[in-house]
Amino acid sequence: MNSRKPREAPVPGAAPVPRGDRKMSPMAKAEQRAGLSLITPTLIIVVVMIVVPILWTIMLAFQQIRLLNLRTAGILGNYSLSNFAEVFSSPGFLEALIITLVYSVAGTGLAILFGLIAALALRKPFRGRTLVRAATLIPYVAPIVAVTFVWTTMLNPQFGIINHWGTEYLGWDRAVPFLSERQREVSFLGLTFTVPTALLTVIAFEAWRSFPFAFLFLTARLQAVPASLDEAARVDGATPTQRFRYILLPQLLPTIAVLSVLRFIWTFNSFDDIYLLTGGGAGTEVVAVRVYNFLTARGDIGAASAQALVLALILAVFVGVYLKFFAKKEEVS
Amino acid sequence: MSTEMQTRNGHTASSKRPWSRDRIEILVLTWLRWITIALILVVTLFPFYYMFILSVRPISGLLQDPGALWITAAEFSVDTYTAILRSPSEGGQGFLIFMRNSAVVALGTVFVTLLLSIPGSYAISRLQFFGRNKISGLFLAVYLFPSILLAIPLFVFFTRIGLRGELFGLLLVYVAQVVPVSIYMLRNYFETIPMSLEEAAAIDGASRLTIMRRISLPLAMPAIISNALYIFMIAWNEFLFALLFLVESRENWTVSLGLSQLAGSIEIPTTVLMAGSVVLTLPIIIIFFAAERLLTEGLTAGAEKG
Repeated sequence: MNSRKPREAPVPGAAPVPRGDRKMSPMAKAEQRAGLSLITPTLIIVVVMIVVPILWTIMLAFQQIRLLNLRTAGILGNYSLSNFAEVFSSPGFLEALIITLVYSVAGTGLAILFGLIAALALRKPFRGRTLVRAATLIPYVAPIVAVTFVWTTMLNPQFGIINHWGTEYLGWDRAVPFLSERQREVSFLGLTFTVPTALLTVIAFEAWRSFPFAFLFLTARLQAVPASLDEAARVDGATPTQRFRYILLPQLLPTIAVLSVLRFIWTFNSFDDIYLLTGGGAGTEVVAVRVYNFLTARGDIGAASAQALVLALILAVFVGVYLKFFAKKEEVS
Repeated sequence: MSTEMQTRNGHTASSKRPWSRDRIEILVLTWLRWITIALILVVTLFPFYYMFILSVRPISGLLQDPGALWITAAEFSVDTYTAILRSPSEGGQGFLIFMRNSAVVALGTVFVTLLLSIPGSYAISRLQFFGRNKISGLFLAVYLFPSILLAIPLFVFFTRIGLRGELFGLLLVYVAQVVPVSIYMLRNYFETIPMSLEEAAAIDGASRLTIMRRISLPLAMPAIISNALYIFMIAWNEFLFALLFLVESRENWTVSLGLSQLAGSIEIPTTVLMAGSVVLTLPIIIIFFAAERLLTEGLTAGAEKG
């Protein structure tokens, strides 16, 4: 994801002196100054609005701060590990962490699977394909508040269209409260399973919302696969599924890997979707929603920061993996 | 098409037999493909169709027949839209004011972000200066970091300096969040512009500022416009920070926040709120279809923060 090629090309009029040398030509000095002055405003706003707040969160996580005693608390407060002790000893946090993991893994996996199916189905040109492609992207670009509101209305037990059809045509005994029921027994082929209703619903929403993103990336990659590969396999008598398995899939795997990491990172700390669909109830409280509740409902800034920090640390590992293994590979391809 | 080619060429022994694996697979996949395409269209578009249908029906009609998929001429009414758009003093929900707030914040974010990111991305792609790579790395890290982590200190900080509840505070947060993405996208574009053009201008004696304004900026215009639309969409759709900062001052609510806050209330009919959803979604859909090609390129290059 970094610059495609290291830019060593000389800049207009610059003298060919080695960079970073102590003795710099006046031109190189002027370039230094110009570069720094152009980037400084951005740097200031990013540092003030993002870097400093992140550092502050780290400090807050080690202090006993509530919204009520905020005004009296200073930088030299009492630092302790008690927030972390409290967070890790409460069963709610570990449960939230597990729910977050299940939600992210399932949501990411389904989104990529559906994105792959859509990309393959729309691979060959047909009349109106451009329009279908554009339509496919709408769930991803539409405002989150609007789409969650439509989903909650569609799934509403009283007048939602899904429950109406379910009870009318699919023979459901009763309307299913998709977003407010923790779990239910489902009989399938004579076996009875307990399924977490609300969690599955938010995972389905996540897959619907973000499969266009996977679709977009995979379509771009599919277009870059040389046609000759496919032709050669066809001449050799490979069937469509074989061509997919042995020709296309290996070509797509690096893209799928990048997508998995990116989508996982974003789903892992996503707040909006679950907050708007269930408010974190019925067994769907992910860490981000929990942090928000600690911050606003309880006003417990210290505990909220500690939990956000744990979330960020786990995430930092994933970002590190992403940068180390995938960011460079993408450059090459 | 491919079936014909297979039989005509008849390259392999298997494809000569009438029901080879190849032919069966092709037949099945051809059907599956069209079923999948139809399914994709239904799944992606139905919620939006449903949104529109509900927004022009009276609530009584919805409760009587929740399964109706079209509207009769007798039922059709746009009263829901007047109810949602009017200001509270006139008995409405004040969405017109929310739209103005959203537009102010989104356009302000676009303007300030571009003001920062155009020179910033130019510097990163064209100029050698101390710490350039570190700054690029910092921006990428910022882009991937969770916004909930920022939410806490910014909430505390804005409470303390009294900017909470102000649209300006929200604008600052949005700018800080999108500036790294914007710089990243624009930088990629600047790097595709040949250096020789700028060199030629430099030889003719043009100063750095003149080169930027007269050569680089016009060439980067397509990227800048798509970038602007993309930033507008992010700012218009944003929810978490609007919720944290503005929830207590109703006159400053954005459309997203307004809809989410009113969605919980029992007094407002669902159909009226659906009209609100349409009002919230429509600008985005219009922008998206107007600039689809530009935006999809931007999405793959920059990848929206989700």
